[in-house]
Amino acid sequence: MSKTFSVVSHSLPKIDALSLIQGKPAYTDDLAPADALVVKLLRSPHAFAKILSIDKSQALALEGVACVLDWRDVPRIPYTRAGQGHPEPSPHDRFILDRYVRFVGDEVAVVAAESEAVALKALSLIKVEYEILEPLLDFEAAVDNSLVIHPEPEIHDMFPIGFEPKRNIAASYSMELGDIEKELASSEIVLSRSYKTQSQAHVAMEPHAAFAYLDIHQRLVIYASTQNPFHTRRLLGQALGLPLSRIRVVKPRIGGGFGSKQQVHVEPFVSLVCLATGRAARCSLSRREVFEATFCRHQMRIDMRIGAARNGKINAIDMQVLSNTGAYGEHALTVFMVGGSKTLPLYNKVKAVRFGGKVVYTNTRSAGAFRGYGAIQGNFALESMIDDLASALKMDPVQLRILNMVKEGESSEVYRVMGEGREGVDMIFESCKLDYCVARGCELIGWDKEPLAREVAPGKIRAKGMAIAMQGSGIPLVDMGSASMELQDGGCFKLRIGATDLGTGSDTILAQIAAEALGVPLSSINVYASDTDHTPFDVGAYASSTTYVSGNAVLAAAKKMKAVLISAVAQRHNVSIDDVRFDGVNFFMTNGRFIQDLNSLSLDTLYHDGEKMATLNATASFSGQKSPPPYVAGFVEIELDSETGKIDVVRYVAVVDCGVAINPALARIQVEGGVLQGIGMALFENVKYDAKGRLKTNSLRSYTIPSRKDIGAIVVEFAESYEPSGPFGAKSVAEVSIDSPPAAIANAIFNAAGIRLTETPFTPERVLKALQERKT
Amino acid sequence: MTLSCTINNKAVRLECSPGDVLADVLRAAGYKEVKKACGTGNCGLCTILMDGLPVASCSIFAARAQGKTITTIQGLKKEATELAAFIAAEGAEQCGYCSPGFALMALAMVKEFRARGMQNFDEAEARHYLAGNLCRCSGYQGQMRALKNYWESRNE
Repeated sequence: MSKTFSVVSHSLPKIDALSLIQGKPAYTDDLAPADALVVKLLRSPHAFAKILSIDKSQALALEGVACVLDWRDVPRIPYTRAGQGHPEPSPHDRFILDRYVRFVGDEVAVVAAESEAVALKALSLIKVEYEILEPLLDFEAAVDNSLVIHPEPEIHDMFPIGFEPKRNIAASYSMELGDIEKELASSEIVLSRSYKTQSQAHVAMEPHAAFAYLDIHQRLVIYASTQNPFHTRRLLGQALGLPLSRIRVVKPRIGGGFGSKQQVHVEPFVSLVCLATGRAARCSLSRREVFEATFCRHQMRIDMRIGAARNGKINAIDMQVLSNTGAYGEHALTVFMVGGSKTLPLYNKVKAVRFGGKVVYTNTRSAGAFRGYGAIQGNFALESMIDDLASALKMDPVQLRILNMVKEGESSEVYRVMGEGREGVDMIFESCKLDYCVARGCELIGWDKEPLAREVAPGKIRAKGMAIAMQGSGIPLVDMGSASMELQDGGCFKLRIGATDLGTGSDTILAQIAAEALGVPLSSINVYASDTDHTPFDVGAYASSTTYVSGNAVLAAAKKMKAVLISAVAQRHNVSIDDVRFDGVNFFMTNGRFIQDLNSLSLDTLYHDGEKMATLNATASFSGQKSPPPYVAGFVEIELDSETGKIDVVRYVAVVDCGVAINPALARIQVEGGVLQGIGMALFENVKYDAKGRLKTNSLRSYTIPSRKDIGAIVVEFAESYEPSGPFGAKSVAEVSIDSPPAAIANAIFNAAGIRLTETPFTPERVLKALQERKT
Repeated sequence: MTLSCTINNKAVRLECSPGDVLADVLRAAGYKEVKKACGTGNCGLCTILMDGLPVASCSIFAARAQGKTITTIQGLKKEATELAAFIAAEGAEQCGYCSPGFALMALAMVKEFRARGMQNFDEAEARHYLAGNLCRCSGYQGQMRALKNYWESRNE
């Protein structure tokens, strides 16, 4: 297919690349007005406490302090910070500020001052008296604990999500297809095991930031590092009790998101200050605040059972999850459901499948959206289990997967039953090159060439492992994107999109789609994105939706734009639209006769055509009927040091089916980055608290992310694949890339030493302990 | 207090307080290319050159800049533009937030490697040199490909 494309499927540089690399002011904090008040937040030192009193007098008396706000100064409206469709599947269990604080770092008061130094000084002058409550920190002890984290009466869900706050349950769900107990009972081999995944921090390089000001119409304008400006506007309107017409949200460049900016974090506070003082207000979190008070990945316990026939045919899979949402329930239901809905369809030929569980509150920081969104947790459990089954059956793990995994043209009942917070949609997997991905991955890693494990030096074992993974491409019938195009004088086009480029390059690839559809060069498309006043609606960048959902909207708008151009030329020259052709520069008759060029058309329609002058434009929206999954076959070669327990990743091979890659270089970078984040989760990243619920890993010293020395080679290849429902054949690539490393590495460790690690991360301590237990 | 120093070949005077760190003072003075991400000297985003050597500007007092020559990525226009094209060709900047610090460190590295007489690009050595420049988006592979290509283009 790629041969026929002239802009799409080309590795063009990002349209903002050169400016960003050279440090042009482009991110929220770069753009904040110099005279804006500096906003700082007083945070709870206790994991669970009731605020008995707050004395702000000394802080307010300090010169340069503009305001100090606490729970008494904000509307008592429960809302959710989660940026999701409406009505949100997350419970409304949060107030901008509350009399109770529910984790160390929870906001107590907001200070605004003329300078950062004064703001910090003011924070130290606020006197708060707390009634310290016993915190609930162990998520496995949360359900029906005598400590109740959310006793407040006003909180509620927006539709039934199994919300039972009196039992510390934020959400619950269960489904069963077929008869799981019957199929397990009649299976020749039945295995069961429990897995645990840790909480991981996003560590987007740009800390969360926002600034707000009142414009000339006294409207509240907020610039924010957000993945979803339109949701942010809606959430702020709700939390502040403001009509949405009074709010504008703009997203400048973002320094990474990975889900961490799919919630509102600082936006409510700069808005409060701006409304209270009439002054511009800015807030950029410190790294410590990002660690302590923004979101993390949901910690999970996943209890698996699997039943198969001796020939390797899998009969039944049962996945039961307990998920830790922390102090508030943002993304509680949906992340947990994705743990099943984006993993179980991999094995779509089972006779029975069951999924269920609970999402519980604890007095730790909130968990939220994080690339993979539950699928990485579920994948670790499921794909570890598949290797366990292969071992029990004495089958090659690759052969076992080939026998059971999803194939092109098939479907999965799971997709029909499980949506995100509601019923799903029935869909056929029209593009699925997983079989190719697995076969090619075997070649690249040398799966069959040598034994899966070999000792390369005394105590050093090189071993291979693999896992397959899938994700979605947006949320069908929930996610919607829009695009609007307009011909401007000079023969170039405005492309206005609600979509949110969070560093992935979506502004570029969406412009590529528009250019391809119109037949014009990329340089003819001027992109303006992510501004609730000036771009059409889009849910934002999450759920791997932008290329597929927003991309389809851009494709539709560009096709309409082309039809509008042709129709205008036909009218101007009194010919039939069927006789007019456009080659990207010139308009011709089908017989080859030149009519006029695009530039002259733009001048004619805007300046010369008298009463017929008109702006030529087109707008289109798209919401997916389906969510075609991208797939990855991940293969890893590790080196296990049996003296120290340390695991090194020598090579990671990811063969990806993302449909047509609109920009192969940008798709590759996404996969390489996703794989490394997955390796970080597998090997060492870990959010840790002390016994009082204080975060121990609150800096980049104590919480390490992979450096360029922590990885050998990452080899990425793309399968030739074409998704008929995608724009120019594209699916998504952002999230699926992170999913396979934990299971693939766990499986390699099993192949290396016969030890099955069931809890991420696989630290040297855990590896050594397992090696010692194996000996005894 | 007032600091006198040279920034990007221009003599400047900066207002600051004794406890201020250099990164904050530079940003307040409009050098927005100096990004801040960790505040503990661990990520490399706030890298600047001080008298030609890379330092983490979030972890030194502004007062230390008195009389010094400071270079940000904007001060290396020609080299930065050339290197940027190689990074952009790989899409290795991704969100771009770590790029100014990374590019500055990489240019310092190339200069140092050349001074040592290195002929062929030593990727392992480069990974070691740049280990303190973190990136959460790219997985580093594209950055390393870009550097290798940049190095080889200089050899031609």
